[in-house]
Amino acid sequence: MIKIFTLLVYIWMFTPIIAVVLLSFNPQQFGSFPMEGFSFKWYVKLSHNSTILDAFKNSLVLGSCTAVLATAFGVPAAMAFIRYEFRGKEFLNTLLIAPIMIPEVVLGVALLLFIRWLQQPKSFALLLIGHVVLTLPYVLLIVQARLVGIKKEYEEAALSLGANPFQTFREITFPLLAPAILAGMLFAFTISFDDVTATLFWATAQNQTVPVKIFGMLRNSISPEINALGAVMIVLTVSTPLLAGYISRKFAKGIGK
Amino acid sequence: MKNKSWKPWILLSPSLIAVFLLLVIPICFVIVYSFWLRAPSGADIPAFQFGNYAKFFADFFYPSILLNTLRVALETVILCLILGYIPAYFFYKTESRFKPFLMILVMLPFWISFIIRTLSWINILGDSGLINHLLLKYNIISTPLAMLYNEGAVIMGLLQYLLPFMILNIYVSLDGIDKSLAEAAKSLGCTEWQAFKEVTLPLSLPGVSAGCLLVFVLTCGTYLPPMILGGPGNEMIANLIFKRIIGTLDWPFGSAISVILMVLLMVIVYTYNRYMGIGQIFKTLSNES
Repeated sequence: MIKIFTLLVYIWMFTPIIAVVLLSFNPQQFGSFPMEGFSFKWYVKLSHNSTILDAFKNSLVLGSCTAVLATAFGVPAAMAFIRYEFRGKEFLNTLLIAPIMIPEVVLGVALLLFIRWLQQPKSFALLLIGHVVLTLPYVLLIVQARLVGIKKEYEEAALSLGANPFQTFREITFPLLAPAILAGMLFAFTISFDDVTATLFWATAQNQTVPVKIFGMLRNSISPEINALGAVMIVLTVSTPLLAGYISRKFAKGIGK
Repeated sequence: MKNKSWKPWILLSPSLIAVFLLLVIPICFVIVYSFWLRAPSGADIPAFQFGNYAKFFADFFYPSILLNTLRVALETVILCLILGYIPAYFFYKTESRFKPFLMILVMLPFWISFIIRTLSWINILGDSGLINHLLLKYNIISTPLAMLYNEGAVIMGLLQYLLPFMILNIYVSLDGIDKSLAEAAKSLGCTEWQAFKEVTLPLSLPGVSAGCLLVFVLTCGTYLPPMILGGPGNEMIANLIFKRIIGTLDWPFGSAISVILMVLLMVIVYTYNRYMGIGQIFKTLSNES
């Protein structure tokens, strides 16, 4: 019973996703069933659409910058929370994780309002800072969880043997923490790459991301082109973490020897 | 010890400054703006008055959308719980060697764009979608069923988005339960069902409630499924905010609705935290990677 129900849940969860990928190969004019053959027509059409390519480039750059910045902010903060005792620690930790619990719509409105008050135009920078705020809590949670599992004694041993704090971090903590940092970066990248709820408030026609572009295309109707773009997004965002997981496992095995 | 006390603050300062500048201050701005006036010309006039809030509660239109949001959120939570508990329990019980693979599959939707997962339901529920196509093909119906642009479709989209959160929250909680407890109950004469009901289920409640809270809060803050899959009557509170801010550029009123949404969710999260503790949610989220 439980098995069958679980299987049904899986089917329910994945049928729509599979349908998107399947329909993207349908040469028919309207992106719907039945399938009438198999063609790459819509992918070819996509690759000639310069606004979509621009959105793609924008999304990739934005996601990468967000990942780097969020980890650059998040890793030191995680170190502070796990390795030190100080006043107000609980409160500050909650404050830094708060963006997860604040509705994204409100985040979108808040930052947009602030930028407007500063009389700054909507720009790439707005998207970037917004996405860093969105992703920082996740990076923090992931790195913290890993850091708890790394014994403090390793670092203390290095320090007592004469390494300075920076050397200790570089030689001891960082290699042990690397998988979590990588995971945090990937998570940040994907959240940034996929986010639409808050991003719709911050994006402009000149400064679009792929999901915002899809949202704009949807206004007309669901076209096979959207299915094709969706399929590309699915393959990209799903394969990245799987590939990274595979590489890091291989990497870890290599070190083990 | 004394000379060490400044160190964590150096490590923390970039994040703290970022969150303070980009989150705390902007949210204060939303609160301040919610008291402002909007001139007929569309300009915002600094003021301190409760007109925007009065407007929200003036007639039944806006409160009914608020109630609609809460109802849809509650329905989503209940369905998520039913659809989520059983797979989570399956993961807890199974000895299958495919378990890691199945777990990865549950996580996969996290990595797939929200907008694509939402619009993918059009391909299934639409007039020429999968279900209608199959029903028509086998002559079960003669005209396509209207399954899109109603509350059911909105809830489908929401479930698709939120189910992984629920499954993982429950699974993390179940995973911490010693399986020998249920075995002990059974050896003392409990049936399988009694052992589940008296031992496993109560111990998994922290994960269940964490999942429910997360699903509820996330549902209240989203506007995409109602926008893409819903009809005119299925708007939720976040849709109102989006329309006011992006559509009519009515900043003061949009801010007031945002504040109402925030206060509502804060009350819910605070109440939850009083009784359950918020830590459970963070525990699960850090496991997601």
